[in-house]
Amino acid sequence: MSATRSPLHDEHVALGATLVDFAGWEMPVRYSGDIAEHTAVRTSAGLFDLSHMGEIAVRGADAVGFLEYALVGRMGAVGLGKAKYTMMCAADGGVIDDLVAYRRDFDHFVIVANASNKDVVLAELTARAAGFDVTLEDESAAVALIAVQGPRSEGIVTAMTARDADNIGPLPYYAATNVVLSGDIHAFVARTGYTGEDGFELFVAAADAVDVWRLALAIGGDAIVPCGLSSRDTLRLEAGMPLYGQELTRATTPFDAGLGRVIAFGTEANPRGNFVGRTALEAARDARPTRVLVGLVGDGRRSPRAGYSVTDAAGTPIGEVTSGAPSPTLGRPIGMAYVPLSASEAGTEVLIDVRGRGEPMTVAALPLYRRA
Amino acid sequence: MANVPEDLQYSAEHEWVDGEAAVGGEVMIGITEHAADALGDIVYVEAPAVGSSVTAGEVCGELESTKAVSELYSPVTGTVVSANEALAATPEDVNKDPFGTGWIFKVAVTEAPQGLLDAAAYGELTA
Repeated sequence: MSATRSPLHDEHVALGATLVDFAGWEMPVRYSGDIAEHTAVRTSAGLFDLSHMGEIAVRGADAVGFLEYALVGRMGAVGLGKAKYTMMCAADGGVIDDLVAYRRDFDHFVIVANASNKDVVLAELTARAAGFDVTLEDESAAVALIAVQGPRSEGIVTAMTARDADNIGPLPYYAATNVVLSGDIHAFVARTGYTGEDGFELFVAAADAVDVWRLALAIGGDAIVPCGLSSRDTLRLEAGMPLYGQELTRATTPFDAGLGRVIAFGTEANPRGNFVGRTALEAARDARPTRVLVGLVGDGRRSPRAGYSVTDAAGTPIGEVTSGAPSPTLGRPIGMAYVPLSASEAGTEVLIDVRGRGEPMTVAALPLYRRA
Repeated sequence: MANVPEDLQYSAEHEWVDGEAAVGGEVMIGITEHAADALGDIVYVEAPAVGSSVTAGEVCGELESTKAVSELYSPVTGTVVSANEALAATPEDVNKDPFGTGWIFKVAVTEAPQGLLDAAAYGELTA
């Protein structure tokens, strides 16, 4: 099966991008260089094509009730034009995907899923929709998602906007608004992202994607740099954000990843109905955690990588690295790993088995980078 | 299309070999532009220690980029006579000039190399 192409494919080729297969999509891994792209997002602005992400529209009179049952968060509490980071869990409490849900109207949400999980999420939502008055629509092919991330993103997105540009600046984190971009292009603009910086994600029609991409580059000029998946990964790693397939899997609960807060069990005063995974997640909440997701920082040159063993001083395996890389911002190797509670305190010295040699690293609280 | 200089020999593991690849000869070794491009920004190079023995086709070091880590294979058998110490401070030379300042190590060859590729054959391998 050949890979799906983004509506921006020809733009990427023209910019000299190195393209790779990613979850069935042919996407840019880098343009100029990983470190330059990473640094641009930390210091100025980066432009990302996220068209591979899945967008699933949920519409209908029971949209709130359905999503409160299908997902772990309290979706009824999400205001109009607001976004919420949430998860879909299986009955056993394992994470099926982490998601961002955007409330576009009282009876209309858009669920953004990881590219690799979109089909599974759609199938699960469909199965869980029985008995609810909702319709589900896979809008992934019709919608392009373009992110502008970095400290200069607010100025760039404001300048890209022809109508209601004044609404961009005051937009709170995890809020979104409809605007008209230059060229009479309708966009749903959200102050969300996956980089640890201020930034925006622009949902536009796939047919408008090229115009929006070029507009961002034209407005941003020297201040904006096209960024690929490689820098996206190091940016989110520094920011301590989990990646599905690494920190989050079907075998992990949100509690394992330190994200129990995304689950709303309800209170006596403000009860919440049943949701898929509730029983297992209540048990996980009440049990003593057996492992903790922690940060790792090293003073050497060799980096932890996903799958490497975390060992004690004697070399006995105690945990596993889920992500790792040389941090462009911190200038040292960093990672995330699952370790037992006994080794989870910040400052704990561990060894990482880096291809047969134990590299000393120190457990650190997440995130490893926080913007000023 | 990555550059493949005509005057070098190559291994299937994406190393280049410059010099007299024969018993008694000394060769300079690095990784190809194709390999450097695939790795992305290289931030750390671990070359084999000077004085150590290396064996053709076996791992003798590693290269690490922000994106990935890759093992370095020796394309020849022999004794390491020097390593590019400048790469400790400027590992990005491997990306910027893989066939020049980005060289990695030099070997005094002790066994006749087998299976090295010419530029045309290596170009086909990576086409």
